[in-house]
Amino acid sequence: MTDTTVIGAQRLTKRYGAATVVDAIDFAVHKGETFGLLGPNGSGKTTTILMMLGLTERSGGSVDVLGYDPMRAPLSVKRRVGYLPDSIGFYDNLTARENLAYTARLMGIGAAERPRRIDAALSRVQLEEVADKRVGTFSRGMRQRLGLAEIIMKQAEIAILDEPTSGLDPQATVEFLDLIRQLQREGVTVLLSSHQLDQVQRVCDRVALFRKGRIVLMGAVRDLARSILGAGFVVEVEAEGAGLDRRFAAMPGVSAVATVAPGRYRLTADRDVRPEAARAVVAANGALTRLSVDEPSLEAIYTRYFAGATASKEGVSDAA
Amino acid sequence: MRREGSPWQGLGTVVLKELADNLSSARMRVLEWLVVLTAVAALYGAIGQLREQTAEDPFLLLRLFTAAPAPLPSFVSILGFLVPLMAIGLGFDAINGEYSRRTLSRLLAQPIYRDALMAGKFLAGLTTLAISLTCMWLLVLGLALLFLGVPPSGEEIARSLVFLIVAVIYGGVWLALAMLLSVIFRSPATAALVALGIWLLLTLIWPMLAPALAGIIAPADPRYAALGLPTPQTMEWQQMLARLSPNDLFGEAMLAVLSPSTRALGAVFLEQLQGAILGSPLPLGQSLLIAWPQIVALAALTVMLFVAAYVVFQRQEVRA
Repeated sequence: MTDTTVIGAQRLTKRYGAATVVDAIDFAVHKGETFGLLGPNGSGKTTTILMMLGLTERSGGSVDVLGYDPMRAPLSVKRRVGYLPDSIGFYDNLTARENLAYTARLMGIGAAERPRRIDAALSRVQLEEVADKRVGTFSRGMRQRLGLAEIIMKQAEIAILDEPTSGLDPQATVEFLDLIRQLQREGVTVLLSSHQLDQVQRVCDRVALFRKGRIVLMGAVRDLARSILGAGFVVEVEAEGAGLDRRFAAMPGVSAVATVAPGRYRLTADRDVRPEAARAVVAANGALTRLSVDEPSLEAIYTRYFAGATASKEGVSDAA
Repeated sequence: MRREGSPWQGLGTVVLKELADNLSSARMRVLEWLVVLTAVAALYGAIGQLREQTAEDPFLLLRLFTAAPAPLPSFVSILGFLVPLMAIGLGFDAINGEYSRRTLSRLLAQPIYRDALMAGKFLAGLTTLAISLTCMWLLVLGLALLFLGVPPSGEEIARSLVFLIVAVIYGGVWLALAMLLSVIFRSPATAALVALGIWLLLTLIWPMLAPALAGIIAPADPRYAALGLPTPQTMEWQQMLARLSPNDLFGEAMLAVLSPSTRALGAVFLEQLQGAILGSPLPLGQSLLIAWPQIVALAALTVMLFVAAYVVFQRQEVRA
């Protein structure tokens, strides 16, 4: 991550009549990072994206994309930013190649360069074999990949993906996330919106949690876990030995030890304490049979935060 | 505040793509057959009638367009019905079709303005109409040469060319209306139904309603009625109301252009005819002068409807 900001929003607001859909949000996305917009449906993620592309007028605040104001210079922004809308559509009566050729012409890619860029993009998303088939026959996963091919063809500096994995089967999801990682490796800044938390967690450097038009949490998943869950790691130990629970409790970083069953312990810690736990078992002359760790999951953070936020505001600030 | 770049960027691309779509679509096949069959049916009757008449008529070719063989209406009045149908068929799903295919947000994320999409679709529709009407025009000229064996004079060609141009403008009115409805209604079926409803109202019901309304606004004067004459005020109102329908404007313009002996559209007082040689044809320029207000009204109507569609579309949310 560098300190170059490519997208910056200050008090960005969108109102429809009396309803405030996006409520004075601030965020910054840095060059080359993958930023996740998370939140339930209708929490303002798509509206935020549309305002960044200049497809919807904002009601207040400001947003800056690659140094341009999307409302004043929409063409400059749209020339550099690739957008994959949720539930993407293509012209079903045209082939994949023809669909890309149309958008390539709209992008202003020269006639000489067009076939090369289209072929390269199609092979990147593994659609070269069906390039001359009508898009009407494509599955949802293939359409989604074709949408990504469009962004690759555009050689976009920023890729904005709105719910890219919703409605995909697990296999297609894994493949799609791999493609996103390829984009990351090429230095493309990726902005991803989703309500599927585990997938976001797998690819995003930082996330912003949306709730009712506001960003309620923002930061790296690990940091969020520490602040919301208190301690982010749960280590499960199965071992035989006397007085293990006391030894575990004495380890630095461990905040709680629960004995789930005889010989099964659950440790809550602020970091991965597996090495220490193993050492403790060995030191107690115990027999270690299993040692596992649960990464801090966004799901847990999310549920905990929103459960806490609705139950009592106090609990959250305590945890933080 | 000035927008960046040209609003017409991408216009040519959109026009070419839409034109290709129009010309290869199934509905175009239907329209083509409709055009050919109506042209042949109307001409067959007209030619049969004309053969029996004297061949001394200097405007034999133009008679083809206006002759109404007993059971059939004249070619021009058939076109008055057919052209709106074709235009509605081409335009009713212009914008909402992009919504329902979910291609709109993807297109607008490319570096083009909405202007280009809107104008491109309109121009492509108008070009399609112009192509099919030109085909029909050539068909009529060819058939006339074959069956009548009289070569058309230069003035006849010029007058029928004016007819062709006015028919395209008339189509433009309905195309712009269909596009306006396609922007307003999200469902193509609703837009088509409303467009057809307006078409029925203006071409079939309005000509019947206009005299009734005129009679209410300016009741017939019993003194005129006693003489068996229509009341001038009622006549004026009736004509003004009838002219609200583009169908009527088209019919009047065609009457002036295709029947060279037409000296005025609507009621004429005796003193206006002083010095006129009744039944003698006017030169083309004079006929054009008579039809000019109608032609301009049709063009203005097209522009107004297009602007309305444009304004509504600019303010619309792109999200489906």
